[in-house]
Amino acid sequence: MVTIKELPQEEYLLKGHAACAGCGPSIALRLLFKALGKNVILVVPACCTSIIQGPYPYTSIGVPLQNILFESTAAAASGIVAALQQKKLEGVTVVGWAGDGGTVDIGIQALSGAAERETDFIYICYDNEAYGNTGMQRSGATPYGAWTTTTPTGKRERKKNMPFIMAAHRIPYVATACPSYPIDFVNKLKKAKEIRGTKYIHILAPCPTGWRYTTEKTVELGKLAVQTGLWALYEIEYGKFKLNSPSDRLVDKAKRKPVKEYLALQGRFRNLTEEDIAKIQKWVDEDWERYRKLASNYLL
Amino acid sequence: MAKVIIDTANHIAGYGAKAARVQVVPAYPITPQTTIVEKIAEFVEKGEMDAEYIRVESEHSAMVACIGAAAAGVRAFTATSAHGLALMHEALHWASGSRLPIVMAVVNRAMGPGWNIWPDFSDSLSQRDTGWIQFYCADNQEVFDTIIQAYKLCENEEVFLPAMVCLEGFILSHTYMPVKIPDQREIDDFLPPYNSGWILDVDRPYSHANLVSPDFYMEFRYMIQEAMESAKQLIPRIDKEYGERFGFEYGGLIEKYQCEDADLVLVTMGTMGSEAKITVDNLRRDGLKVGSARVRVYRPFPREEIQKLAEQVQMIATIDRHISFGMEGFLATEIQASLYNRGDLPLVAGFIAGLGGRDVTFKTIEKIAKKSLKWMREGGVEKITEWVDLKE
Repeated sequence: MVTIKELPQEEYLLKGHAACAGCGPSIALRLLFKALGKNVILVVPACCTSIIQGPYPYTSIGVPLQNILFESTAAAASGIVAALQQKKLEGVTVVGWAGDGGTVDIGIQALSGAAERETDFIYICYDNEAYGNTGMQRSGATPYGAWTTTTPTGKRERKKNMPFIMAAHRIPYVATACPSYPIDFVNKLKKAKEIRGTKYIHILAPCPTGWRYTTEKTVELGKLAVQTGLWALYEIEYGKFKLNSPSDRLVDKAKRKPVKEYLALQGRFRNLTEEDIAKIQKWVDEDWERYRKLASNYLL
Repeated sequence: MAKVIIDTANHIAGYGAKAARVQVVPAYPITPQTTIVEKIAEFVEKGEMDAEYIRVESEHSAMVACIGAAAAGVRAFTATSAHGLALMHEALHWASGSRLPIVMAVVNRAMGPGWNIWPDFSDSLSQRDTGWIQFYCADNQEVFDTIIQAYKLCENEEVFLPAMVCLEGFILSHTYMPVKIPDQREIDDFLPPYNSGWILDVDRPYSHANLVSPDFYMEFRYMIQEAMESAKQLIPRIDKEYGERFGFEYGGLIEKYQCEDADLVLVTMGTMGSEAKITVDNLRRDGLKVGSARVRVYRPFPREEIQKLAEQVQMIATIDRHISFGMEGFLATEIQASLYNRGDLPLVAGFIAGLGGRDVTFKTIEKIAKKSLKWMREGGVEKITEWVDLKE
């Protein structure tokens, strides 16, 4: 377990990158390199990071990066992993780094296939809950009630539970994270690096541009997502579910902030009615009943 | 030591991949390709082939995994047919645009609906503009030889493009023929280890295939066009060198048969080229001056060779196992396009035949030749596109 003082000084997300001000995913990307170092091959589909890295002939990424088709991050990673195995090249971590649309929607087939084949790589979904790079359209990861350009009056369906879908593949490691909790994320990456097989980390990454909040509130919103219990930090290691700090202290409903505190800060939830908010609160409480059971030695 | 084996073209394609020392094979089944990847699975599991075999969940992923593997510095191979190839479409662009020397066997099959598993060039010809080199084979030996030649070509620094080695379903894929497999050391001598223009390397951390603005995009496309032109120069040389070493040569871009003094030349691709030779022999016995030109490489298209051929003949008849709806067969289009703006042109007639696996025998081709000769004597074609053996 590292502490914040032990994080390396080296930066592999370089200055001058093209992310929006207050971009949550870019904080996570910077931390990714702090955790894994330079011996990483990054695979990136069409997503915000297509822009963040900068256009040819520049790059803001200090590791080799393969851009690839939207739906095929995990397939490209499979080919790279196979090549490294064939070359008997060890010590290089292959990382898929994709947005929520590229993961839970168009990329789910390739990801499912790679996980079932026990491909030895880390897959990270940085989830800003919509198709951000195309200007915020609804994805399978968009939460109930959220405004997007294709759900102008709010999404009517619930968010897909992708970490649990990945856990159902019986992969050795599934975790959730949030850039507001950097040490938790870094430690999860370090753990994932040491495990053989497919490792899946799902990051809730606040997006001021899409979520309609002011850019200085990104860290605060990530914290509120966790403190309200809307986003829980957990690991599923070889099927065993474990809540991580600070989520492990939120099993008791009294410890969780009301979801309204999180929702009220974002323009995308402006159209929610009191009934909607109550519905969301009820779903969160139900989720936590499930987490409570899972955390008491229940194997997923 | 060289050996002769009797096997189907699909199994022979597997032998070709093995002889080329392919290192990563992402595989997904589809009729009539499946027995290629089955053969390779057998080679890998028996330890006869040192390759990583990835049982991907779709053809799209098969091609993308090839891209990943080739980008990470190893020789990649896969095989597909029809709908599988269509599903790969966007990844085909990504492979050529990334300048990765991937080789893929395409076992030609018709596109649905209705479901049709029989031979037809619509699948690979629909991928004409993806930046892939396209070879079309006429027999099992050529399938083996072309896979080896294709890697030699694609990994040439003047090319660095992917290639399809196309063979018609069932007519070749499931038909047994004797094939000479050269000695492995001699193949290794002809085809050195994998060579590509770039590699994903932690010590040289570049971003590959990132955003390219209008300031640069056009130049990258121009470089692909230049690479295709280089390939056109290199293919006959590689074919000749292969022939000198191993005894099999295919005329480079076009396999010509009895064209020297021909009035009429039948232009085909694939196995119709073998049938056309029989037609030529039969018609020559009747004193008719007919020749056959089998287009072995469709991309890059052998424009200059067609122009040379046109200078010496009165008429060209193309036979397409394909239709570009709303126009004509691609061979007919390409040949007319190659000849336009040149004086003293031969007549060109396009015939559509053998779609969805309908037999095109030497007798079918004889009918085409006789009709063409009639039009030639009359000095004009009656129909620019004639559908052969079409039921009323």
